[in-house]
Amino acid sequence: MHVPDGFIDAPVSVATGAVAAAAVAVSLRGARRELDEQAAPLAGLVAAFIFAVQMLNFPVAAGTSGHLLGGALAAILVGPYTGVLCVSVVLLMQGVLFADGGLTALGVNITDMAVVTTVVAYGVFRAILKIAPNRRRTVTVASFAAALLSVPAAAIAFTGIYALGGTADVAIGKVFTAMVGVHVLIGIGEAAITALTVGAVMAVRPDLVHGARDVAARRLELRTGAPVRTPAPASPDGSAVSGGSAAPAGAARPAGSAAPATARTVTAAPATKDDADTAPAAPRRSARRVWAVGLGAALLCAGVVSFYASASPDGLEKVAADKGIDQKTEDHAAKDSPLADYGVKDISDARLSGGLAGVIGVGATLAVGTGVFVVVRRRRAETDAEAR
Amino acid sequence: MGAGHAHTLYRAGSSPVHTLPPHCKIAAVFCFVLVVVATPREALWAFGLYAVLLAVVAATARIPAGFLLKRLLIEIPFVAFAVLMPFVAEGARVEVLGLSLSQSGLWGAWNILAKGTLGVAASVILASTTELRALLLGLQRLRMPPLLVQIASFMIRYGDVITDEMRRMRIARRSRGFEARGVRQWGVLAKSAGALFIRSYERGERVHLAMLSRGYTGTMPVIDEATASRAQWTYAAALPLTALAVCLTGWMLT
Repeated sequence: MHVPDGFIDAPVSVATGAVAAAAVAVSLRGARRELDEQAAPLAGLVAAFIFAVQMLNFPVAAGTSGHLLGGALAAILVGPYTGVLCVSVVLLMQGVLFADGGLTALGVNITDMAVVTTVVAYGVFRAILKIAPNRRRTVTVASFAAALLSVPAAAIAFTGIYALGGTADVAIGKVFTAMVGVHVLIGIGEAAITALTVGAVMAVRPDLVHGARDVAARRLELRTGAPVRTPAPASPDGSAVSGGSAAPAGAARPAGSAAPATARTVTAAPATKDDADTAPAAPRRSARRVWAVGLGAALLCAGVVSFYASASPDGLEKVAADKGIDQKTEDHAAKDSPLADYGVKDISDARLSGGLAGVIGVGATLAVGTGVFVVVRRRRAETDAEAR
Repeated sequence: MGAGHAHTLYRAGSSPVHTLPPHCKIAAVFCFVLVVVATPREALWAFGLYAVLLAVVAATARIPAGFLLKRLLIEIPFVAFAVLMPFVAEGARVEVLGLSLSQSGLWGAWNILAKGTLGVAASVILASTTELRALLLGLQRLRMPPLLVQIASFMIRYGDVITDEMRRMRIARRSRGFEARGVRQWGVLAKSAGALFIRSYERGERVHLAMLSRGYTGTMPVIDEATASRAQWTYAAALPLTALAVCLTGWMLT
């Protein structure tokens, strides 16, 4: 998504440059607060990490692979201000050294990829942590949602900038559809990777996850009483003591102290297994019930309620019609698809057709969602078990 | 961290372009690209002249054409986008080789291709005639906040270290029979990324402690103060000023 020179005209490039400079100035001030004195080396190393992790390829299917954009990850791991700084520095260096993204488009790129992604991701992340129960699984779910939303948000921001100063003569609606469509897909991948990575860091050093520091801090508790949920680990390989104390020790450590973490990496592993074996089955059953109710509600809405919903054009369509923009837009490429305009083609009854299309839509969404979920759950089960 | 960390991007040399103070070069390249972006796209000849200007600079810096062209390949994703544009844009359509193409789309594609290529070429020339450290010093001289410069310099210095660490992790994974084929393997890769983050962060803490013990007070000492004489500024300004003249002529003629 690195915008090249010449894509956005000169005045808007300069204006976004000013916006980016202001955002970076604010972040510089905030980063000092987030990182205390250590701002420069730490932020520099995190920027180097983002730069490196963007080169880590995640294979999707035969031949294709994706990589992390890193905005959401940076925001969650080191905080929004440092996150903006790190991603901005990465973009600056990519522009100046590797000619990846134009020099005049630096403002556009920073505003869009550093500022919007990071701020949206952190906002969503904190909002979910605030309303959801204060558990470690919430952190994983919240980082999934944060990354999922941050990428399309950047696409929307780009469309906005394009609307102001785009040089190409392509309708805004078309750019919007293409950008958001593609980036929703990218966002799913980004979300899965971000959630897994945050989960991995949470498992080993929860004090390093800036966005969830209060979650980690809350877990300071003395486990001396008899009715403890986690039974004393009685693993045969002699790691009983270290395994049991690994999670609280990791949580109790204040941020910033520099004891070796490699030892913890080793000792945390047995704890994970022990807890996974003895994890209570109760939450899983309730989750299934929630899931079933949600599915039922979605099908009900799609199949029945949709018929009673307003048939008037939605916001964007209405704006387009009012302004006469849509005279220019061509028909959607999928207009001949069997589900075009939310109706099933060869069924004439409007109520049945609309309802059926809704149900099929929910089914398709569910299939895609479950596919992602099943893959994610396998890994998440382990990290969550440790959290319990 | 002096020698040995010189990037492959940089081509050592002692040409007049190499010896210019870095901040003059950065300012010149920025102004040049801005002028290029502001040029009306209908002035085809202007972009030819810009290309000639860049070629002159590259020749003065003794950068071989092959090197420059190879580095231009980074642009390919946008070339793909530009090629697509005549098909999706609106407006009057023209027949080219039996295909119905949008006229404004063709202009848009040309616009992005020409300006993007010139921008990439200009920054490639900058990066291959200026050392990384000098580049950062130049940015500092141009009033970029010192903290930002420090972050950037740490990123540059440790970028290779972190990348190497990632490469070692990959070798370790592969030597244990791991092969990433699809989505199923994401968990392992994400764990590597998490471990990489923890290692980077802890390295940052260690670096900071090491710096403190050597008397770091929040600002980096500038050893080689780069100052630019009036003659050097004039020399560097030749490129953007010529480009500006071309741009203004372009506006007047179209």
